Amino acid sequence: MTIRRLALRLLAPGVALLAAFTVSSLVLAGTGHSPTDTWSAMGRFGVRPESVVSVLNRAVPLYFAGLAAAAGFQMGLFNIGVEGQYRLAALAAAAVGAAVSLPPVLHVTLVLLVALAVGAAWAGVAAALKVRRSVHEVLSTLMLNFVATGLVAALLATGTGGAGGTAGGLAGETKLIPLSGRMPALNRLLEWIGLPFPIGSRLDGVLVLAVVAGFAYHLLIRRSCFGFELRALGVNPRAARAGGVNPVGVTVRTLLVSGALAGLVGIGPLLGNSYRYSIDFPTGLGFAGIAAALVGRNHPLGVALASLLFAFLDRSAQILDLTGVPREIVLIMEGVILLSSVVAYEVASGLIETREARLAASIDECP
Amino acid sequence: MSVTRAGKAHWRWIMTVLGVVSIAHLVPGAAGLTSSSTSSAALRLSVPILLAGLGGLFSERAGIVNIGLEGMMILGTWLAAWGGLHFGPWWGVVLGIAGGALGGLVHATVTVRLRVDHIVSGVAVNLLAAGVVRFLSAIAYEDGSAGGGITQSPRVPGAIGKLTLPFLAGGKLFGRPSADLLGWLERTGIPVVGDGAGVLRGLVSGVSWLAVIAVGLVPLSAYLLWRTSFGLRLRFGGEHPWAAHSLGVDVYRVKTGAVLISGALAGMGGAVLVFEGAGIYREGQTGGRGFIGLAALIFGNWRPAGVALGAVLFGAANALALRDERAVHALLLLVGLALALLGAGALIRRQAGRAAGTLVAAAGFLLCFAATDTIPRQLLSTLPYVVTLAVLAFAPRRLRPPAYNGVAFRPAQLE
Repeated sequence: MTIRRLALRLLAPGVALLAAFTVSSLVLAGTGHSPTDTWSAMGRFGVRPESVVSVLNRAVPLYFAGLAAAAGFQMGLFNIGVEGQYRLAALAAAAVGAAVSLPPVLHVTLVLLVALAVGAAWAGVAAALKVRRSVHEVLSTLMLNFVATGLVAALLATGTGGAGGTAGGLAGETKLIPLSGRMPALNRLLEWIGLPFPIGSRLDGVLVLAVVAGFAYHLLIRRSCFGFELRALGVNPRAARAGGVNPVGVTVRTLLVSGALAGLVGIGPLLGNSYRYSIDFPTGLGFAGIAAALVGRNHPLGVALASLLFAFLDRSAQILDLTGVPREIVLIMEGVILLSSVVAYEVASGLIETREARLAASIDECP
Repeated sequence: MSVTRAGKAHWRWIMTVLGVVSIAHLVPGAAGLTSSSTSSAALRLSVPILLAGLGGLFSERAGIVNIGLEGMMILGTWLAAWGGLHFGPWWGVVLGIAGGALGGLVHATVTVRLRVDHIVSGVAVNLLAAGVVRFLSAIAYEDGSAGGGITQSPRVPGAIGKLTLPFLAGGKLFGRPSADLLGWLERTGIPVVGDGAGVLRGLVSGVSWLAVIAVGLVPLSAYLLWRTSFGLRLRFGGEHPWAAHSLGVDVYRVKTGAVLISGALAGMGGAVLVFEGAGIYREGQTGGRGFIGLAALIFGNWRPAGVALGAVLFGAANALALRDERAVHALLLLVGLALALLGAGALIRRQAGRAAGTLVAAAGFLLCFAATDTIPRQLLSTLPYVVTLAVLAFAPRRLRPPAYNGVAFRPAQLE
């Protein structure tokens, strides 16, 4: 029985991937491009060493955003404010990181703490609105996303976001974070282990942080008392409350955890790539992360796989410019993967439920 | 009971606004707030929000939460521009509506029959729509001719006609120019009368036929939803689908139809953005208007007139943000004064709590006005969201969403 259940669970993402491949192949064929050539070109490009490094770097922000969304989902809370939380957190972290000078490790730690705190604080607004004024978190986080966007734009435009915006910081960007506040690359480490490292690419140290966050998430959600209460509220709020779980406290803490994780989304691009927050800081990572959480079923490994999958698609699409196929085909693919996997999960859990119901009924009949 | 009280409240509001407007004439920069160009811009910017909000109304009244409105609107903008390029503007509008309905079809299929969480499906529709239009642009405009490219279409030739009322705003009657009564009044610059004329003139001169249709859709929606059996069934789907099912209503079909209408309206909103703006499709053109439509829906308490009010409020904020920053700054003073008047009124009526709250808020606005020279327009763009949050937080008892909004329906399952 459990094997069938597991098979159903694994079947769902497989079907979703197949559906995505089928739909995008049809779209490619329909627009006069060869699907097989496209997929093989993408596959070959995507497994090159420098592509692998790029995929890992790209996957990290998605993973943080995915974990942030997943923490909420586990409790049945929908934090679609990851987008706003990470943008505000990244701006604050960039401003503080550029304004202070500290010894290397401390400096990075401070930047991380600022990002965690600001992300959590912005999610905290939604938490307060939910427990005090019973505003649904989907609405509040959705609205707060746009407030954050406006706030970031206003702070960037007026220069106050750049900790004064003077001396090197132009309007529309913060000052550069000094060397002591940047994330070291993992290149040396890999070379030391003896892995051949592609010249010119840089494996970002934030990857380590992502792995740590993944383990911490697992321990918190699966192995702690708080995590148990959180999941209990997610599965059956009435039973959890009857069992003595305080929904208000758990709601607030879950949203704070989710917001703090969201605060880390911008750390990869900030401390490993741009070292400043400017108008062209990557956007949309929050929603992509929500997609990763949904495809990865809120499991730390599943979210990691989904983040890597999306990052792989993004990276390998770059080769398509040379073949004349519009690389935007991967956007359609990602959308279809998301849509078909949520449908597949829903259908699979429906099947499991009916099966269990039938099983329960049959036990009742012949004791 | 509420008719007279509501009537009184309305009069109080109107008197307050008129009083404040006449005082505001003393402030530099404030004059622009009531010019006909401001009100016509406000109307133009309100229409897409209104259409998205009405789209949300149909969907949520049937119990399907629709945060995919943004994606449906995006599909609408792209197809409207493409259709406009190939077949002319009105076909562009038709295709925009069809594009939105297509997005609605995806959302309906996934949420109604497959019972996926409505928010999840909405997020997916938004992401998918953004990807699809990028891909379509890459194919349709890849040669980069006539200014088209991956992020925008070439300029659409032709335009939707405009309506200017004769006599009131100088519109043509049988090909002859007529009097411009409101324009004359506005130019006289008499306080209050001139202001009112300016605002009115903006609403009746140079109005796109699309805007006329959109405004007409408000009473039409109210009629459809509250005066026809179709509307009754649709609202049944949001209030108690199991009861509807037990009475023989095909709940699946009603909900699917509602989401299709919802998508079509959002798509039309996208078409308005294309033809009332720069006449092209541009990536990011919707700028969250689908979400603002959702905000207008909440602000308007899931009712057509309320949605219209929300859309006008948010559209006016948008129009002001486009004007010079002094006018925006003057707005702070106006809001502060209005709140102060309302607070004083409450004090006279001995409503201490309300008076204190209002007066504190008024003092806050006036302090902001005194302490700053300009407010960044980026902050003004957040107004719809802040207002909606405030309404959600402080007037929750007045809000009544459909009872089974967002709940998956399965015929066998009894509640």
